[in-house]
Amino acid sequence: MMAVAELTDVTKAYGDKVVVDSVNLQIREGEILALLGPNGSGKSTILKMLAFIENPTSGEVKFQGKAVNFNNTEKERLQSTLVFQKTIVFGTSVYNNIAYGLKLRKVSKETREREVKKALELVKLEGFEKRNARKLSGGEQQRVAIARALVLNTKLLLLDEPTANLDPKNAGIIEEVIETVNRENKTTIVMATHNMFQAKKLPHRIALMDEGKITEIGEPAEVFGKLSKNLARFAAVANTFTGTGKATSSGTSKVDVGNGVQIEITQQKQGITAIFVNPQDIILSKTAVKSSARNVFKGKITEITDVDSLVKLKVDVGKTFTVQITKQSFNEMELCLNAEVFITFKASSVQVL
Amino acid sequence: MADILGDTLEALQLIFSGDPGVFEIVSRSLFFSGTAIILAILWGTPIAMLIAMKEFRGKTILKTFFNTLIGLPTVVLGLILFLIFSRGGPAGLLGLLYTPGAIIIGQAILVTPILVSIGVSAIESVDPEIMNLAQTLGASESQAQVAVLKEAINGIILSDLASFNRAIGELGVVLMVGGNIEGGGNQTVVMTTAIARYVQISEFGRAIALGILLVLILFTINLIVVVARKGYYIVELAKPPFARFKRRRENKQ
Repeated sequence: MMAVAELTDVTKAYGDKVVVDSVNLQIREGEILALLGPNGSGKSTILKMLAFIENPTSGEVKFQGKAVNFNNTEKERLQSTLVFQKTIVFGTSVYNNIAYGLKLRKVSKETREREVKKALELVKLEGFEKRNARKLSGGEQQRVAIARALVLNTKLLLLDEPTANLDPKNAGIIEEVIETVNRENKTTIVMATHNMFQAKKLPHRIALMDEGKITEIGEPAEVFGKLSKNLARFAAVANTFTGTGKATSSGTSKVDVGNGVQIEITQQKQGITAIFVNPQDIILSKTAVKSSARNVFKGKITEITDVDSLVKLKVDVGKTFTVQITKQSFNEMELCLNAEVFITFKASSVQVL
Repeated sequence: MADILGDTLEALQLIFSGDPGVFEIVSRSLFFSGTAIILAILWGTPIAMLIAMKEFRGKTILKTFFNTLIGLPTVVLGLILFLIFSRGGPAGLLGLLYTPGAIIIGQAILVTPILVSIGVSAIESVDPEIMNLAQTLGASESQAQVAVLKEAINGIILSDLASFNRAIGELGVVLMVGGNIEGGGNQTVVMTTAIARYVQISEFGRAIALGILLVLILFTINLIVVVARKGYYIVELAKPPFARFKRRRENKQ
């Protein structure tokens, strides 16, 4: 299979801080490749180099078989586009935002109008042409950003944490778009994510990144298989834990992930086990809830972040869990930092990696 | 002594009867200052872009230099320009002293610091990622710079406006290099200098008429811009500090 882009021994350093450390990576035509790793592992920098807006300190980047001269990347930039993690739109209408790249490519007005309409349909923002992009919600703005990139129909589409700060509805729409574009337009996609769940579902291949290096690369099943053996360093990914599993008499297992936290899972697991709990599957309450759920922990809220219609909380129960609740619940429950709360989730919501 | 009521009535009469003497001075003022602003925009905008978008040695000093010049007394600038344009001065051969050309160039130089300083801060307040964004969408470096400039357009318009207001309401430079000449081929009387002269010769009615018209012009131009931007203009101006405040609040949470 032909490689759309290829990094050979690519290193990027800012001063003496190395953020990408002699990376070798081939991006195959038509694939979805996910770069999975904690914040600061070098994912964004690799994407910026593939978008040709950041030049490597050393090493070679090839694009469509040719070595890229980073002194002049104008031609390559027409064929590769990046959607930033931080959503950013031009302070003008949605139409002007999406048509921007087409105008640069001197596409005729009729085609422009047609293509913008198509892109807006794809991201489910039909009829939004005349709206002021800055006045849309965060999720809608991110969808505009995706449409603005899609409309260019580039060889390579780069997405930096495309759903990191979105509620499930917006995230779902974007994941659907990624799949559709890849399937129908055969667009090659490289996306950075630290969302385990997304990494398991969407990509054909995963590259695990840690401290500027690619530690594993392969198909999701294969990588996750290896992951469970060599995982301690991956704890930085939200709600991913490793520990020792022990079968219980009732046919389930308990995984001791340290600090007195034992998580019950439905599978029988002995020895080192890596698990992941989707933040949306965790119920948050102020008092212990009597329920069938097997996992109940008491802890304190250590961090609160606003995400559109959602609130992301970090709860320390000995180990830190990320929990997602709606803004309305957040207000109704009158939660604040250091408040004592309970988190509850079913053994069957725990995914063994 | 001025008879305030009587003179004001006379002023209103001059305005409403469309007195040719008064309106000739008004249109000359508009023409001089308008031309001066266009000149200043032509050289001021690239300077502002250069300072805001490029990293170079002495950038802070250059910014401070333009900021300081805003406060330069116009009479002092007038004096400097007078010396430059006067017969023995470096630009004496051009014979510009006491001509409309001298006024236009004088005003353009006078407003350049305002244009540059406000322009620089407007461009610098644009999200630095806009440049990268434009480039990822296929823009060349100069196209990306234009994209940044478009984002700063409210601030740029404000700087043009402030410059025009300063130019048309300015007295010192015009007086020094224009000479306040009425009649003949080189008429250099503008609204401000005319007001000063009419007061000296006790023609208070005409002075008041020009004063009213000067304020009206400033008001109208500001209004047009506000309306043209559909009211977004003021909202946008208020935005950066608010946005910062909001962000800080979010971080605290």
